[in-house]
Amino acid sequence: MISDLFSTTVLIGILASGIRLATPYLYAAIGEMFGQRSGVLNLGVEGQMLLGAFAAFYVALTTGNLWLGVLSAMIVGALLGLAMAYVTVNLHAQQGISGIGFYLFGLGMSDLLFQKLMGTVETVKGFPKINIPGLSEIPGIGEIFFSQNLLVYLAYLLVPLAWFVLNKTTLGLKIHSVGENPDAADSLGVSVARIRYFTIILGGTLSGIAGASLSIALLNVFQQNMTSGLGFIAVALVYFGAWRPWGVLGGALLFSMVNSLQLWIQVLGIPIPSDVAVMMPYVLTILVLVASVSRVRAPAALTRPFERDA
Amino acid sequence: MKKVFQTDWISRLLDALMPVFATLAALAVGAVMLFFLRVNPLEAYQALWDGAFGSSNAFAETLVKATPLLLVGLGICISFRGDVINIGGEGQMIVGAIAATWVGLTFTDWPGWVIIPVAMLIGFLGGAVWGGIPGFFKAYFNVNEILSTVMMNAIAVQLMNFLLRGPLIDPSQAELASKIPQTARLLEAFRLLRWAPTRLHLGALIAVILAILVFILLWRTTLGYRIRAVGQNPHASLYAGINVKRYIVLSLLLSGAFAGLAGAIQVYGVNYRMITDGSSSGFTGSAGFNGIVAALFGQLHPIWSIPASILFGALLVGANSMQRVVQVPSAFVIALNGLVVVFVVSSEIWRRRRQRHRLAATREREDESSPPNPGESSPQHVEVKV
Repeated sequence: MISDLFSTTVLIGILASGIRLATPYLYAAIGEMFGQRSGVLNLGVEGQMLLGAFAAFYVALTTGNLWLGVLSAMIVGALLGLAMAYVTVNLHAQQGISGIGFYLFGLGMSDLLFQKLMGTVETVKGFPKINIPGLSEIPGIGEIFFSQNLLVYLAYLLVPLAWFVLNKTTLGLKIHSVGENPDAADSLGVSVARIRYFTIILGGTLSGIAGASLSIALLNVFQQNMTSGLGFIAVALVYFGAWRPWGVLGGALLFSMVNSLQLWIQVLGIPIPSDVAVMMPYVLTILVLVASVSRVRAPAALTRPFERDA
Repeated sequence: MKKVFQTDWISRLLDALMPVFATLAALAVGAVMLFFLRVNPLEAYQALWDGAFGSSNAFAETLVKATPLLLVGLGICISFRGDVINIGGEGQMIVGAIAATWVGLTFTDWPGWVIIPVAMLIGFLGGAVWGGIPGFFKAYFNVNEILSTVMMNAIAVQLMNFLLRGPLIDPSQAELASKIPQTARLLEAFRLLRWAPTRLHLGALIAVILAILVFILLWRTTLGYRIRAVGQNPHASLYAGINVKRYIVLSLLLSGAFAGLAGAIQVYGVNYRMITDGSSSGFTGSAGFNGIVAALFGQLHPIWSIPASILFGALLVGANSMQRVVQVPSAFVIALNGLVVVFVVSSEIWRRRRQRHRLAATREREDESSPPNPGESSPQHVEVKV
């Protein structure tokens, strides 16, 4: 039984689904990272994802167009981001709590719309696997990395892109300065409000895509509360990754690999209670946070509203 | 002078009414949502009101729902005052309930007047442990408590599922093929007193008494003073010789304890057993989250949290009748709660502004009567962190 885990097919299976499962975490966590780097903690990611997942699924189901689904998830996420930005930037509302408010809103609203517009669980034909010519034929490696759907590939492309924007562009420098010392940034003529609006709306958009990746690329269904804590884990991954894209990637991969292992343990019928197996990624996340977080410093202005002459 | 005094009074009244305005705003947005769902908002809100307050039985149900909200909310008053954000109410409730249920199912030959208090205490301690762990990690390893408490929620749910499917499963279910994941029922002698024929139970009274005790704790004891001091200014507290780390652990620990007690009371007062549908809200009814909403609404004040909990209890009970009468899914009320939270925290800006105005007015009056004393600041200067 346990030895089943160590056959090549199973190992490839675990790695391939681990790569796939990291997708929603990557979108959501990279988006959240932009917000936090500019000093805004958005705890509403889960709500944005749920509404994004519903929007994508419903539009894909009714129009049959997956890209329209992704687009509507992006719009919904961006609108929620806009509302979050107004509340935290203009009204200086406590970020953690307003995030919880947006989470509850997304949780209730997605369920409400689901029950009113659909009523029953349906399935769509999600994004198909794309075998990258040549590369996907490499034994093992091909199946793990180069035989995934388009949203998976895009999620991984997002990581270097985010790195480039944050470290090699003026915009990245502005985001960094707004998150570390908004007063100084302001005195140098950087609009703190505009940068924060940008990062929060970007974060919302990416959370929307994260939801879409669940409902029309990975699971191809929509259910009430289908994210079940995934958005909160994405926030944890930002801390875990020390506010750096590659760190976030590492965290997302670690978390989803353990999750994938856990799923395979259940599939293979290895005698570990499934509830204990499901617990593993969470326990691991806490332990890794304990081991890692104290070493790195959060953006200095994180959770602090900016006010001139305050 | 008199005019200043009057505006002061009005501005304080406005402060107190702020959450009411926020709720009205949320209800207005809710009405727009209902309109788009092709439901008459007036009919829907009428059904909501009737379901929550329409009869003595309805009102009793509202109080039953309000009880866990208040208990969780009391814990939230403590932790948020200590500037520790406890999102782990769900998990703490579950662990408290498991611990208390275990007591009731194990020591069946003891009398009720021993087991009930012991079970409540064990539930309290169970929640304290589940809240204390993230508190310890925050104080000594700098792990963000929002994240660790959310993780602890997920772990608690799996723990509950595991125990209710295995070691704690109802022996009669263990023999059946269906194997419903639930524990055996508590003995009649172990159940909290009920106000028949309603489901209103002694737990509601316990919660109200505890609200008064938490008020005393926070404003009349050194422990409470220090928790609040650490919450308002950890650096100053450190210089004042307060062991900041210890009080961070303590505020999360106490916060978890009240949620744990809420879980224990839910079992001993309402359900008489634990049953899981695999999710955390299946047992808690999301009281771990809604308790936060209620406490915030009560401006993190234990006494004001009582009417706030009743309001949100009413929304939850009313949601069910709304679902029956006008076919609006009860999820609508979850979304509404979210809006209330957003509006309440957003309205804080006007409260802070008025606070500043009052402070300026006080300064002016002081300037008139006596020369200003540099370095002195009125107690109002300390901004209440919410």
